[in-house]
Amino acid sequence: MTALFDIDQLLNEMETGLRRVLEQRGVTDPALIGIRTGGVWLADVLGKRLGIEQPFGELDISFYRDDFSRIGLNPKVKPSSLPFDTEGRDILLIDDVIMSGRTIRAAMNEIFDYGRPASITLATLVDLGARELPVQPDVVGQVLELGAHQRVKLRGPEPLRIELQESGQQ
Amino acid sequence: MTATDPSPNHLQLTRDGQLRHFLTLDGLSRELLTDILDTADSFIEVGTRSIKKVPLLRGRTVVNLFFEPSTRTRSTFELAAKRLSADVLNLDISTSATSKGESLSDTLLNLEAMASDMFVVRHSQSGAPHFIASSVTPGVAIINAGDGRHSHPTQAMLDMLTIRQNKGGFEGLKVAIVGDVLHSRVARSQIRALNELGVDEVRIIAPGTLLPRDVEDLGCTVEYDMKRGMKDLDVVIMLRLQNERMEGALLPSEREFFRLYGLTEDKLALAKPDCIVMHPGPINRGVEIESSVADGPQSVILSQVTNGIAIRMAVMSMAMGGQMAERQYRQTHTNQEARA
Repeated sequence: MTALFDIDQLLNEMETGLRRVLEQRGVTDPALIGIRTGGVWLADVLGKRLGIEQPFGELDISFYRDDFSRIGLNPKVKPSSLPFDTEGRDILLIDDVIMSGRTIRAAMNEIFDYGRPASITLATLVDLGARELPVQPDVVGQVLELGAHQRVKLRGPEPLRIELQESGQQ
Repeated sequence: MTATDPSPNHLQLTRDGQLRHFLTLDGLSRELLTDILDTADSFIEVGTRSIKKVPLLRGRTVVNLFFEPSTRTRSTFELAAKRLSADVLNLDISTSATSKGESLSDTLLNLEAMASDMFVVRHSQSGAPHFIASSVTPGVAIINAGDGRHSHPTQAMLDMLTIRQNKGGFEGLKVAIVGDVLHSRVARSQIRALNELGVDEVRIIAPGTLLPRDVEDLGCTVEYDMKRGMKDLDVVIMLRLQNERMEGALLPSEREFFRLYGLTEDKLALAKPDCIVMHPGPINRGVEIESSVADGPQSVILSQVTNGIAIRMAVMSMAMGGQMAERQYRQTHTNQEARA
């Protein structure tokens, strides 16, 4: 277990990237959504940095996972909460790690069940590659290539830090 | 077929403790009951969305097998299955093949052959869902929607959800169940759930003729005088007088019953001021409960109905998940054996 990432630098990276992308797209009033659990912590931090005053939404994608038939329902599912109407909104979707892209697919399906957004911009702290679906983040804090037995995990919320784990360790 | 299976859990849980059938609350831990309530909370949120549907049971077939009439339970099970994106078949058994002489087992095997994944079963015989799960179609997830006088676990759990919503938890609560406990499968499941979740006291208020033998063994106190029994209550659950199940003269008259055990504003005033009033429905107004109480500010009867959908979604998705995990396990196991 090592924390060899400068989280502040990654957050700076994300903030700068997001400001640029939002400006390019002409988005002035984004609605922020974090995916549980790491994405929610990040949404909290990035919302403050970007000066988004409206409360952010929290998404629990357990009901939309595509591996339900293999592993059953996550027993620790919590209610999603979107404290705004998604219909016609420009959504800023935040997660900690992107890999296969399946979580983001599930999250987008869930968001559409609340209403049809005008757009979704995706930002992740870390991109591990190894995509299984054609889903790409618009903004990434850092691209990482991991060894076969390595995993990353965001710990938080206070302080936020990234841990690199060798498999078999907790 | 027996209603008092000593360890139903080898049947309703997977090897790692997930639900795969939901037959009875007997033997289920506080942790699992709490997981059911927490999962249901998440489904309540789904019910507030513009599209009130999640894709969990997409492609699965749920058959509602009601051998006894029911409106509320059946329709909330149907709605729950549909909100989970399952395909739903409602089978009214009185008009189906059983009246042409087909046996219960044959009917069920035929439904299984139609690739059904889940049966929601209501039956007048105690133990019927157990029997189906253990002996007829073990590969199909069975949800008990009420069997005889034995149990009605989803009703009890939606009541627990309603209590938790209104009281924040179970610790320290005094809860009374009033009326026809003798014929009530709901009461049995409620007593079990309330005790497991750790309320302070479960109190039964009923005339002696409507109490089952050895009722105290279920884990409750008994009070014959309703006015005394209302004291200090946080929750009062009224039961429906089940006239259709009465054999012989257990009651002098409905009017007499209402006078002694009906919930009126006067009697409710003897409980704590924030005591909530519950009833599993359908209500016999003026028999168990006065209209002004049923429709009054302390009544949570209609939120029980809303909560019923969420609880049924929770139990159905948990059991289906466990059932599919079990299938997966068996498949890998068989493959490994075949390779060995």
